[in-house]
Amino acid sequence: MRLRYGPNGSRRQQRNGNGMKEIVVISGKGGTGKTSMVASFAALADKKVLADCDVDAADLHLVLNPRIECREDFSGGKKAEIIEDKCIACNRCIEECRFDAISYPASEEVGIPSINPIFCEGCGVCVRVCPVEAASFEPVVNGTWYVSSTNYGPMVHARLGIAEGNSGKLVTQIRREARDIALREGLDYVIIDGSPGIGCPVIASITGSDLVLVVTEPTLSGRHDLQRVAALTKQFRIPTIVCVNKWDLNADITEQIEKEAGTYGVEAAGRIRYDTAITKAQIMKTSVIEYTDTAVSDDVRDVWHNVLRTLGEKGTAA
Amino acid sequence: MKLAIASGKGGTGKTTIATNLAVTLADKGNIVQLLDCDVEEPNCHIFLKPEIAKVAPVTVSIPKVIESKCTGCGVCADVCEFNAIAVIKGTVLIFPELCHSCGACTLFCPENAFSEVPREIGSIEEGTAYGIGFVHGLLNIGELMSPAVIRGVKKAGGDPDILIIDSPPGTSCPVIEAIKDADFILLVTEPTPFGLNDLELAVGMVRELHVPFAVAINRSDVGNEEVKEYCRREGIDVVLEIPDDRRIAEAYSKGEMVIHAIPEYHGTFDACWTRMTDLHETAIRAERQPETATEW
Repeated sequence: MRLRYGPNGSRRQQRNGNGMKEIVVISGKGGTGKTSMVASFAALADKKVLADCDVDAADLHLVLNPRIECREDFSGGKKAEIIEDKCIACNRCIEECRFDAISYPASEEVGIPSINPIFCEGCGVCVRVCPVEAASFEPVVNGTWYVSSTNYGPMVHARLGIAEGNSGKLVTQIRREARDIALREGLDYVIIDGSPGIGCPVIASITGSDLVLVVTEPTLSGRHDLQRVAALTKQFRIPTIVCVNKWDLNADITEQIEKEAGTYGVEAAGRIRYDTAITKAQIMKTSVIEYTDTAVSDDVRDVWHNVLRTLGEKGTAA
Repeated sequence: MKLAIASGKGGTGKTTIATNLAVTLADKGNIVQLLDCDVEEPNCHIFLKPEIAKVAPVTVSIPKVIESKCTGCGVCADVCEFNAIAVIKGTVLIFPELCHSCGACTLFCPENAFSEVPREIGSIEEGTAYGIGFVHGLLNIGELMSPAVIRGVKKAGGDPDILIIDSPPGTSCPVIEAIKDADFILLVTEPTPFGLNDLELAVGMVRELHVPFAVAINRSDVGNEEVKEYCRREGIDVVLEIPDDRRIAEAYSKGEMVIHAIPEYHGTFDACWTRMTDLHETAIRAERQPETATEW
């Protein structure tokens, strides 16, 4: 992926000239309820576009039931392939490939090496080192991305091909498309469902955004993973808030997490109680906000109001 | 046997299964090593509380220009597929975080004007816990190349009776790096629409790798029957079901091992292991079959 905007977000203002805000929901640790939260925000927010940037394991479409309006192939790079008729089995490619992607087939008595597309990094070294031009090097389709309409507004999402890399580039593509839609249609928010972890796709999801909401859970794992993800958003200087999902499973750790988050500049954005309604809503393919109107939906509403309040404050400060 | 534990969706219980399985098997006298390959958010250490004996940096090779030799010809930028090199007005600019360490610039520079230098992107910690060997990796904050750290973790692994790999969630490059050379893969999921969708993606990935696999269903009684129906349809064995037991959630939240908090689960993990080794043996036999046939 390419880091298009500096870590200080200097182009943020300029890009989002109409006051449009990008909100990214991430978690550090997976499975804490990001997507359920984004689905609820979809029901609560006015004038927004939704972007599912968890391209590895995209789930938002299962709740928002998008109607696909246009689709486009995504190519994150090229991959090499050996042209059997031309290959003279000199092994130069095998010697220079640093990803151990080229080998002779084990079982057959074929005298020609082949490239494992899963291991191929797309660096093109084999293509350039081949003395007889026996390797082709073409862009490969790594996935498909979609612009859809939903009952909640436009949505940009994608499907990464099986065992494909380059998820960071695809995330960048989805964000760009979602921003363009927001600017074109005069929408106020881009709400982004991010991926777990702190690596390439997460960095691509948060770079230059206006606010990160971390959804965590009251466990030592959740606490540990929040530390790392908060260090990441700090490095990229993105205002960050945290909400603890299923907080009442361990009230002590919830308190510890909120307190500790404060020490690294991450404000608490609310607590969501443990309620099976969240899973039931998912099974009914809807958001918890639409599924029920009980205490847990109020918890989620509070988090959304805190998101808006934080955006407002940061907005005036800037 | 090298067992990788993976899942499309995050938070399904990979780490719980990896740690409890590892300690259960070590308790029975096996030599077990656990590699935590979720280098972005490693969690196994929270439960195993290992004594760390060795810490080592993980480095990748990045190019460095030997100024006296460089003519500013621009070949290096042309051959770099990752936009990690730009040549502007005869000066080479390198963007280290974009470099995939493929060596193209070094190899194709007509002046031999590159050397390669190590750049630290993470670290590896090795130790022991509950009689098992333990290795995990930590990607430095802000770094992109988690597969390189995963390679480091796997290199630090030894050759025990049983090697258990805890993989990161998802289906893209870091996961492939973690599981690609496993003998058997256990895919962990939940019985929910998200769990099913992400399981289907993970099954697609594992089939592409041609490694035998089975499924574990965590919190098996919270959702619906669709995951089980899917597995039945696809002929995939479900070798482990863990109920939605509040005691497990509580132990987990405090960083306790399930088998220590609730000893009756020892048998659950043990039985799961037996089923996986059986399936693994069957898969090996099936693979050998056609070869034997041609020999005849």
